[in-house]
Amino acid sequence: MAELDIPQLCLVVLVGASGSGKSTFARSHFEPFEILSSDFFRGLVSNDENDQGATKAAFESLQFVAGKRLDAGLLTVVDATSVQPEARHQLVQLARDHDVLPVAVVFDMPEALCLARNTQRTDRTLAARVIKRQQDQLRRSLKSLGREGFRNVHILRTEEEVATATFRRQRLLNDFRDDTGPFDVIGDVHGCRAELETLLAKLGYVVEQDGQGRAVDAIHPHGRKAVFVGDLVDRGPDSPGVLRLVMGMVRNGHALAVPGNHEDKLVRALRGKNVQTGHGLAETLAQLAAEPPVFRAEVESFCDGLVSHLVLDKGRLVVAHAGLVEAYHGRASARVRSFALYGDTTGETDDYGLPVRLPWAEGYRGAATVLYGHTPTVDAEWVNGTMCLDTGCVFGGKLTALRYPEKEVVQVAAHRVWSEPIRPLEAEAPAIQKRTADMLKIDDVLGKHVVQTRTHGRIGVREQYAAGALEVMSRWATDPRWMPYLPPTMSPTNASAIDGYLEHPVEAFSGYRKDGVSRVICEEKHMGSRAVVLLSRRPERFNAPPHWRGTVYTRTGRPFFDGAQSNEFLTILDAAFERTGVWAELETDWVLLDAELLPWSLKAGDMIRNQYAAVGAAATASLATSVAALKQAAGNGSDVAKLLQRTQTREKNAHAYVAAYRNYSAPADGLDGVQLAPFQILASEGKTYHHRDHGWHLSIMDRLAEANPTLIRPTRSIVVDVHDEASVLAGTQWWESLTADGGEGMVVKPLDNLTLGSKGMVQAGIKVRGKEYLRIIYGPDYAEPANLSRLRDRNSAHKKSMALREYALGIEALERLVAGEPLWRVHQAVFAVLAMESEAVDPRL
Amino acid sequence: MLVTISYAGPEATDLGYLLHKHPGKVQTFETTVGQAHVFYPEAKPDRCTAAMLMEVDAIALARNRHLRGGGDASSLDDYVNDRPYAASSLTAVALGQLFRTAMTGRCDARPELAASAINLEISLSAVPIKGGAGLATRLFEPLGFKVVEHAIPLDPHFPQWGNSNYVNLHLTGTLRLSAALRQIYVLLPVLDDSKHYWVGSDEIGKLLRAGNGWLPDHPERELITKRYLAHQRGMVDDATSLMAPEAERTPSENSDTQGGPLPLYRLRAGAVMQALREVGARRVADVGCGEGALLKCLMVDSSFTQIIGTDVSAKALARAQERLNLNESTTEQRDRVRLLHSSVTYIDDRIRGLDAVVLMEVIEHVEPDRLPAVVESIFGHATPGTVVVTTPNKEYNPLYPGLTGGGSRHPDHRFEWTRMEFQSWAASVCETHGYGVEFRGVGDTDPLAGSPTQLALFRKG
Repeated sequence: MAELDIPQLCLVVLVGASGSGKSTFARSHFEPFEILSSDFFRGLVSNDENDQGATKAAFESLQFVAGKRLDAGLLTVVDATSVQPEARHQLVQLARDHDVLPVAVVFDMPEALCLARNTQRTDRTLAARVIKRQQDQLRRSLKSLGREGFRNVHILRTEEEVATATFRRQRLLNDFRDDTGPFDVIGDVHGCRAELETLLAKLGYVVEQDGQGRAVDAIHPHGRKAVFVGDLVDRGPDSPGVLRLVMGMVRNGHALAVPGNHEDKLVRALRGKNVQTGHGLAETLAQLAAEPPVFRAEVESFCDGLVSHLVLDKGRLVVAHAGLVEAYHGRASARVRSFALYGDTTGETDDYGLPVRLPWAEGYRGAATVLYGHTPTVDAEWVNGTMCLDTGCVFGGKLTALRYPEKEVVQVAAHRVWSEPIRPLEAEAPAIQKRTADMLKIDDVLGKHVVQTRTHGRIGVREQYAAGALEVMSRWATDPRWMPYLPPTMSPTNASAIDGYLEHPVEAFSGYRKDGVSRVICEEKHMGSRAVVLLSRRPERFNAPPHWRGTVYTRTGRPFFDGAQSNEFLTILDAAFERTGVWAELETDWVLLDAELLPWSLKAGDMIRNQYAAVGAAATASLATSVAALKQAAGNGSDVAKLLQRTQTREKNAHAYVAAYRNYSAPADGLDGVQLAPFQILASEGKTYHHRDHGWHLSIMDRLAEANPTLIRPTRSIVVDVHDEASVLAGTQWWESLTADGGEGMVVKPLDNLTLGSKGMVQAGIKVRGKEYLRIIYGPDYAEPANLSRLRDRNSAHKKSMALREYALGIEALERLVAGEPLWRVHQAVFAVLAMESEAVDPRL
Repeated sequence: MLVTISYAGPEATDLGYLLHKHPGKVQTFETTVGQAHVFYPEAKPDRCTAAMLMEVDAIALARNRHLRGGGDASSLDDYVNDRPYAASSLTAVALGQLFRTAMTGRCDARPELAASAINLEISLSAVPIKGGAGLATRLFEPLGFKVVEHAIPLDPHFPQWGNSNYVNLHLTGTLRLSAALRQIYVLLPVLDDSKHYWVGSDEIGKLLRAGNGWLPDHPERELITKRYLAHQRGMVDDATSLMAPEAERTPSENSDTQGGPLPLYRLRAGAVMQALREVGARRVADVGCGEGALLKCLMVDSSFTQIIGTDVSAKALARAQERLNLNESTTEQRDRVRLLHSSVTYIDDRIRGLDAVVLMEVIEHVEPDRLPAVVESIFGHATPGTVVVTTPNKEYNPLYPGLTGGGSRHPDHRFEWTRMEFQSWAASVCETHGYGVEFRGVGDTDPLAGSPTQLALFRKG
């Protein structure tokens, strides 16, 4: 019984004449979807499995589907005769294009058997000469099959062999997904043995020495494992010493390692190949020359046996010397190896004669953390979930390790400059590197996207809305680096049935009661604009220039102030945080606030004048003359009493409307008259606050307001128990007193803040707007009974659903931000909020 | 909205005959936008005043897409809207419905009076006027009216806001009533430059009928025709040719056939095309292509084998698609010319590795703090062999009559650069990204201020 080894992920090419038993064999060893049969594809494209004229189209579609499967990491079997070298070549190429290994399973069966089976077939029979020709082509192929690029070639020669053969699917050499660590991933050592020993000690490893006092192993008491990113050798003082230690650790299961380009070259040199001995190879060879031949042989076999990259921890961690694009994770091909060892080079060289490396990490969008070395940099920094750990120890920099999953950087300084760098480390121009690192891609936001949120599942963003948001985001919004959050829209209550009211608090209270929330907080709705404030004392945290203090932007991301004013505003705000000790309390040097900025005319001055005031002017002027004309007619005995009465009511409504918008037109000159009413702390370094109750948030804001009452305005509030009638009444009366003279109204929120009910997330807040205020939303006469009855027919369900989705996206953005995730991940959630806002929803809700 | 019409003369109540509305009655009519009431505030033997008062149903108006002219529903002004109060096209339409016969001048009871010029005083409240104070006078005075425009302040509470765009309008004159009605019917939407309904080609006929006898000789005929027909050029031309003899017509502007100096935008496109030809570019992207003016030049030159236009505005791209007839193009043409929705502040693989990228009048529309992202996306990521950038030369601005006191050429310009500023920016781009640059002026050159447009031609390596 033959056991045939195949890699877990590979392209299996069945080779054999018609009637050799391929299809039957395939069916008994592989899942139905794994097998792509050329006959089946002929049928798909021509309605006839035997239509030889459809062969070209059939193979094109087969290869297309095979490609999709391989992209998805699925083993795939191609069931076609594949007896011609050209046909096999195409399939080998297909495997290479998708960076998987091709495997051949050959059916070298007696010709008589194939012919006999052919004549027994009921669905079709081929001419005997066709089968003979296929057999002939197969025989001639057998000799060269091994050179065609197949990783394995398995040949089955008898019916018995076919019947008893079994497959053993083997883990790929780079597949360490079962190993969940924890790991300590160590950057390029380059022969700096002493620094390596110091670093291992700092990481908690106990270094073991042999009889001659040479380090031969290092063991971590808690079973942690070191992972070396390659370039153990060259340039430094003791490459053999480093190899001895690392080989010992690997041998004893205390470390894993991937090869660097220097190991690759060393292997070739040790094998006597003619290689240039620059870049420190000469030193290594000289140092190795002092070692016994057996050690050199050991080195050669160790370095040669290293696998180009490792996939660890369920696929969540990838280690490769020069980094690795996502499509190559867990794949095997020459180009995967070349990328892993040498990086994505253009073939060009820079001013120092070093190869120009394409910044692959800039475009990296994968889920796995990628740790690598290869390019010396001054500091180890995260770029889109990847980190380069080569901090130039051998050039007098540092030797760096990253603790995983803790993601904690541990470093030791080089004992001295062991080798003069060809290009100064600082010449990497860190400022530009940084700007590059958080460039956003158009594909990050455009097209159909799904954002996976932790509170509300998957949220889809429709393509057309994403397109709508792109212009706003690019042309009007704050720089995405400094806009890590956008607030959700907020739904009003359901229309109230109470006489004379379109919105009323009891609707909000009963809504929350239904959602299972018992304690709510009513917060005064300020007559301003929603504002998000990012206040920072550490510009580097947001990749901002020195002296940058943060941003203040609207709910669609537009900045409220120009640069100088913004700085002035934020400086005053910072002082209030300082005076109240909130910086220290939150243990942070930046904070993100949700707030209202007053007066509304600051943002909406033009709208107030051109729209609200204009309508008021037309209304009051035209109704005044109408009333006068009607009074004159009434005086002359015309029967216009009812019309006059109606017109007088409309005139009164017009004046009430004018009074309502006037509330929003407080003069502000520069920052004089501008006030901020913050009501929630959204995030600070490492922390989010949607689990802190609103009482806590408002108490901090009250302290800030006390510290600077000119700039900061407190938010009045009252807590209501929605099951207690007296409490509900108190809440309603409180709202009435707020809104009687044109106040905007209040927002009712679950007191506990983020609340997950039995049906999922509960609305973050429901607004209840004042009766007078609503005149500037629904028109001066909206509250007339005939109008109100029609306006009650409004559908807020869609608005509510949007509010929930935007709420979840906002929280997602905040969580990603504080977890230090790459900008594109934060931006995706923020962009999705803006995209939702391009959906057409009744703007009066 | 209120319109009053007073007639002073012997047997003034005969006004009721002319209007076909009895002075002793209060009448109510249903119109498409609400109720219109006709009543008489005064009906004395020597003076009679008829009034038309409309009660517009604001909610019905807001909810009726058709009445809004089919516009976008997602606008707040649907409910908070001046239409229920202002004397606009709604008023004109109601006048047309209520006084249809009066407008024709037919009056079987008082035919002589209908045919005579009589002393009229007409008041219109809250007339919206676009185009500044005095427009009403310019329109009504040539017709024989004495015009008084009473300005309405935007809000007396905030005198610093000044006057609104509305006036209370008083017209007095000796005219035939039918002519006066028709003039008001035409001129209300003209003053407002807006109609509440879709302007179709039947509007030409309405204009000619209502304008009969006064419009062809009106000094503001062109403005009236344009605004009444909602600036639809074909219709305006048709109406004009029906009204005016051939010789009178002003030739239509067409810079191609005039032989005068080429406008700056054409010179700019020409300079960009020349730069692209010099470097021998074949695969080109016009980033920020707008409606495709440059793409059009590129398409007619077969040396460009691949042409990509990108823009951040999906609307602009849709218009470009139409203007360039891309919907009707063959597969090959479609492969050659592609329009992509994109943004210069994001990196976009689809324009990577081309021969040339054009940023024509684009950078000045980007906030200065996002320019580094633009540079990174084009020079750092797309890395074309050539980049052509044009932007206004701020030094030239004082030579434009409207810009002598500072200010920028376009309200959306986030900045405008002097030659020095542009060149130092370009130098830093070159240093970071390995490009060389040469500068050119586009348009006539002033010895001190230079040319209106500055062009930088970046070449890699």
